Amino acid sequence: MSTKSLSARKNDLSIPQKQLEYLNDGLFAEGELPTFKHKLEQENSFPLQPKPLEILQINLGYMCNQVCSHCHVDAGPDRKEIMTVETMQHCLQAIKTTGAHTLDLTGGAPEMNPNFRWFVEEASKAGIKDFIVRSNLTIIVANKKYYDLPEFFKKHNVHVVSSLPFYKREKTDKQRGKGVFDKSIQALQMLNAVGYGKEGSGLKLDLVYNPSGAFLPKDQTAMESDFKTALKEDFDIEFNSLFAITNLPISRFLEYLIASDNYEDYMYELVNAYNPTAVQNVMCRNTLSVSWDGWLYDCDFNQMLELKVNSKVKHISNYNEEAVQNRNIIVSQHCYGCTAGAGSSCQGTVA
Amino acid sequence: MAKNYYDPSDLRKFGEITEWSEELGEKFFDYYGSVFKEGALSAREKSLIALAVAHVVKCPYCIDAYTKDGLERGITKEEMMEAVHAGAAIESGATLVHGVQMMNKYKKLSM
Repeated sequence: MSTKSLSARKNDLSIPQKQLEYLNDGLFAEGELPTFKHKLEQENSFPLQPKPLEILQINLGYMCNQVCSHCHVDAGPDRKEIMTVETMQHCLQAIKTTGAHTLDLTGGAPEMNPNFRWFVEEASKAGIKDFIVRSNLTIIVANKKYYDLPEFFKKHNVHVVSSLPFYKREKTDKQRGKGVFDKSIQALQMLNAVGYGKEGSGLKLDLVYNPSGAFLPKDQTAMESDFKTALKEDFDIEFNSLFAITNLPISRFLEYLIASDNYEDYMYELVNAYNPTAVQNVMCRNTLSVSWDGWLYDCDFNQMLELKVNSKVKHISNYNEEAVQNRNIIVSQHCYGCTAGAGSSCQGTVA
Repeated sequence: MAKNYYDPSDLRKFGEITEWSEELGEKFFDYYGSVFKEGALSAREKSLIALAVAHVVKCPYCIDAYTKDGLERGITKEEMMEAVHAGAAIESGATLVHGVQMMNKYKKLSM
């Protein structure tokens, strides 16, 4: 497993255009598989348009203390893109006018942004009631300045959504790096200790499972039950729900698929598992993604592919929800990842 | 036509058998789908049985399919290998139990 981002390795796949070429060529250009657009057209679902906005997902930066092999952000310690206070202030202005009820903070490790806590506090004052922080867990034990994060989350009733690819050490460490499993367990115990994931506490702790390889998640409910039993028995850890998320064929996961000669089979798998019901609830229809530098995207994946919203308003500094909502969502072949099987979103399955 | 008997990408075309016999093909796939649903046995348990049988009948397509199915269900590699051994034990047992027939015949023919 590489300890550097694609970007630091100057890998071709760090260039969004190269990824898009890969996704548009080959199987799809030759007509062996239908493009996502064609699939939507067949079902009269094209163009895909937003439903009322519910979630504003803000990416606070690509810096992370981990270099996970499947990361669609290509995040890592070598990524220096971090949201500035000025952009945060633009976000706060937008938060005051938005119809969205949830603020979803992601990264990288969002907690590594030096103004993370200030931003949560200000957004709280601006009226946000429902906060999600996507935490990689290990950040909580990475440095003593982060040790009190569980208390901080509790104070603002932040809904913590944490990645834990599997309830066993081997698979987790293979995907996320050596030692990540033990640190994650320690962080989960710290979150449990302040009440997170405990019945009746009102403090929500959800886990994210994503497959550690070229296969799809199958049964979210069965997997949740396996996770709950194993984590309780082995470590006395409790959590609320498990979200099963499909790995999308972009960035580092795309690199893995190509290098392991799994790309073609994986794309077949995604296309064959296409579920029209999932299309109705894909997250790009109720979520808007804001990048570290303030650009607006249909989702975090389109952000990484630098596919800015198809709207007159493209930046948070001149945010206008009406204008942004009146747009067509940009799709490409990676979108099959969100419509396969029971569907996939940042909140797990959708169908 | 490929010069080798097995091609991994043929597994994707499995559904095409219905094109040459629609009624039987559909009946088979309906039946197959029902068999692997949750029932008195869980889908997870059935996946492990399928993996063991796949090895016993030595079907490379089935081995690929049920290794992936196991991964998708979060079945561990230790569980998968034990299932393969269960299949192998029955298969070798099936050979060895014929040793009794050999012994019987030997005894019958011997003075």
